[in-house]
Amino acid sequence: MNHDLSKLPEIFGRHPQSAESLIMVLQDIQKEFRYLPCEALVATAKQLDVSLSKVFSVATFYNAFSLNPKGKNVVRICVGTACHIRGAKLIQDQIENALKLKAGQTSEDGEFSIEVVACVGACAMAPVVIVNEKYHGGVNVSGAKRLVKVDKRAN
Amino acid sequence: MTRLQKEYTQKQAAYPHKVIVCCGTGCLANGARKIVDAFEKILSERKVKDFSVEAVKETGCHGFCEQGPLVVIEPEGIFYTRVKAKDVPAIVEKSIEGREIIDSLLYADPTNGHKIEHYPDVKFFSHQKRIALRNLGKIAANSIYEYIAVDGYQALAKVLLQMTPDQVIDQISKSELRGRGGGGFPAGKKWRTCRDVKSDVHYVICNGDEGDPGAFMDRSIMEGDPHAVLEGMMIAAFAVGARQGYIYVREEYPLAVIHLQKAISDCREVGLLGANILGTDFTFDVRIARGAGAFVCGESSALMKSVAGEVGEPRAKYVRSVVKGLYDQPTVLNNVETYANVPLIIRHGADWFRKIGSPKNTGTKVFSLVGKVRNTGLIEVEMGTTLREIIFDIGGGIIDGRPFKAVQTGGPSGGCLPSSKLDLPVDFDSLTAVGSMMGSGGMIVMDDKTCMVDVARYFLHFLVAESCGKCTPCREGLYQLHALTEKVCNGEGTEADLEKMEQLSKMVVVGSLCGLGKSGPNPLMSTIQYFRDEYLAHIRDKRCPAGVCRALIKYEVIEDKCTGCVACITACAYNAITGEKKKPHFIHQDKCEKCGACVAVCKHDAILVS
Repeated sequence: MNHDLSKLPEIFGRHPQSAESLIMVLQDIQKEFRYLPCEALVATAKQLDVSLSKVFSVATFYNAFSLNPKGKNVVRICVGTACHIRGAKLIQDQIENALKLKAGQTSEDGEFSIEVVACVGACAMAPVVIVNEKYHGGVNVSGAKRLVKVDKRAN
Repeated sequence: MTRLQKEYTQKQAAYPHKVIVCCGTGCLANGARKIVDAFEKILSERKVKDFSVEAVKETGCHGFCEQGPLVVIEPEGIFYTRVKAKDVPAIVEKSIEGREIIDSLLYADPTNGHKIEHYPDVKFFSHQKRIALRNLGKIAANSIYEYIAVDGYQALAKVLLQMTPDQVIDQISKSELRGRGGGGFPAGKKWRTCRDVKSDVHYVICNGDEGDPGAFMDRSIMEGDPHAVLEGMMIAAFAVGARQGYIYVREEYPLAVIHLQKAISDCREVGLLGANILGTDFTFDVRIARGAGAFVCGESSALMKSVAGEVGEPRAKYVRSVVKGLYDQPTVLNNVETYANVPLIIRHGADWFRKIGSPKNTGTKVFSLVGKVRNTGLIEVEMGTTLREIIFDIGGGIIDGRPFKAVQTGGPSGGCLPSSKLDLPVDFDSLTAVGSMMGSGGMIVMDDKTCMVDVARYFLHFLVAESCGKCTPCREGLYQLHALTEKVCNGEGTEADLEKMEQLSKMVVVGSLCGLGKSGPNPLMSTIQYFRDEYLAHIRDKRCPAGVCRALIKYEVIEDKCTGCVACITACAYNAITGEKKKPHFIHQDKCEKCGACVAVCKHDAILVS
C-alpha cells in the first residue's frame, strides 16, 4: 500500500524527540492512517532514535495499535463487566450479523471494522457501542442493528 | 489568587440565575451538547431577565448517568432529568422567566413514584458525602476561574506560603488517607519514603489508567474537575521535592485528555505551573502520558515503563518504586481520586478528614454503581457504609424488582459477594477479609439472571487477554483456569475440575509477579466459595440456573402467551424462528444460536428459557 508519508514530519514535530514520545507518536500515526503502516514505523524508529525492534514490540504490545488497516467506520462494542451483565454479547451478535463481520475484522471494501473493547468508562449507560467516536448507551437489539445501518453501506 | 477569585465571583453575581448542564460522557452521549447549544441560542436571541449566555455552565458528571442528560437551575436547585433539546424553550419560558416547575421533566423516585423537584432531595444524592466529587456537576469543567471561585488552589497557596514539606506530609499522614487506587497504602507513608530518598530528581505520577472494566470514577474526575487532580499533584510534588509530574491517562478517555490539557495550559498561563509558582521558589510542571490500551499498565511498575515509552511489563519489586521508580528515580504514584482528596485535607486539616469514615479507613470512597441496579452512576460515600445502603438506598434496588444475587467489587482483582454479605461495611479491610477487595471502586450489581460461572469465565477471559505474558504462572495459569470455566459453562465440567480450579488458583496467586496475576483468580475463587451450588448445577445437572450458558439452555415459544407479533422473527439473526402473523411462532432448535434476541424483544414473556 502506498501512503502519503509527507505528514510524518508534522506528527513528529508535535512531541519531544525522545524515546519517551514513542507511544504518543504511534497514536498520532494510527489516527492519521487508521493503522500503523510499516514505512511509518521505520521512520519513527529513525526519528526518535530507538531500535526498530523496540518500535515493533511497543506497536504489538498495546491494544490500541493495529498493523492492519482498519475500516473507515469503526464500530467498537464495549464488553466491560457492566455491559457484559446487561447483554453485550447479544449486541455483539447482532452487529456481527448485520455487518457480516466478526469482531477484529475489517470488511473487504474497507468500510467497516468491528472491535471489542473492555470498558470505555461509560458503565452507567451499559451496554455501550461506539461508532466512530460517538457513544451510544442503553443499546438494545433493534438499536444495535440501526447503529450500523449506515447509508454508505447501501448496495 | 484572591483577586482573581473576587473578580470572577463578582462577574458571576451579576447574573443570579444559572443553568447547569451535565456534560459528562454519559450525558453527552444522550445529547447534552445540543441542550447547551439550544440554551445559548435562545439566550443570545432574546433577552432573559437576570440571565446571560455566560450563566450556562457545562459541568462534569453529576454521577446520575442513568437519568441523563441532567439540567439544574440555580439558585432554586430545580432538577430536570432526561432533558431533550426541544424542552429547552419551555425551560427558559416556564422555569427561568416564570419560576414554574415542569412536572414531566422531574425525576420520579423508583421506589414510590414520587416526583422530586429539587436536587438535594433526590435520595441518590442525599445519602452521599462528596469530597473527591465535590465540584462535579457544580462548576464548569473547563474553566480555571470556576475552580478558583470555589476556593480552588487555596490549599496550594497555603502549602507554598505557610508550610514546610514536612508539615504537609505530617498532615497527610495524620489524616490517614489511603491510596484510592485499590491497594489502600497510606499516602503519607509513601510520600515520606520518597522524600527521604536522596536524589536530585523526584517524580510524581497520577495514575489515570483505570483499566478495570466496570469502573469510571477516575474518568469523571479527570473530565469534570481536572484542577482538583492537578492541585493534589502540585501539593505532593512540593512535599516530596519533585519538579516534574506525569498524568497517565488511558486512551479510551479522550475527553479527559482534552480537559486535562486545557487545565495544564491554563495553569501555566496564570503562573500555577512552571517556574517560581506563586512567587515562591517552587518549580513544577506536568505532562500527560497517554496509555494505549493495556490493563497491566495500571500496575505501578508497568505504568512507569509505559510513561517512558516502553512496553508496559511489570518488574519484580525488591526495590519499591518510591525508591526507584520512573527512570530509576524516587517516584510517588497515586491515583486520581487520592490526589483529588489532598487539597481538602490541607484546607480543612487532618482532624476534619479523620472524623469522616471509620477508624483505619478514613474519608470517603467513590464507587461506580452499575449493572442490574435502578440508579446507576457514580456515588461517593463514607467508608463503612454498608453494601445494602449503597445498593438499595442510593441505588434504589434491583431493576424490575428482581432478586439480588451478588455484587462484584474491585474489578478483575476483586470478588463476588452474595446477599449474606449485604450488611458488610464497605472499606479496604472488610472487603479483603471476605475474599474481595476495594479495587478502584467498581461495584457491579447482579440479579438472578446473572450466571456466576459465566462471570468468572468472563474475568478470566479478560485477564488472559491482558496478561503481559512475562511470568509463567500468570500467562499459563490463567489460561488453564479460563479453559476449565469454559468446560463447566459448556456442561462438560467434572467435580475434579472444580478441585483443580481451586488448587491452580492458589498457585497462580502465590507464583505471579505482579498484581494482575496475584489477584487474577479472585473472581473465580469467590464465586466457587459463595456460589458452589451453581457450579454443581452446571457439572452434575448440566443446567445453567440463570439461563445464560448457551450450551445448557434452550429457547421455546410458550404458545398460550405468543400473540404472533413477529417481533422475534424480525430480531432473530439466524432465521431460526418461523410463523405467521397473529399465530404462535416456532423456534427451530437446529438453527437457534441461543443468542437471546427473541427474549430481549418479546413484550409478552412468551419465550421460555429452559
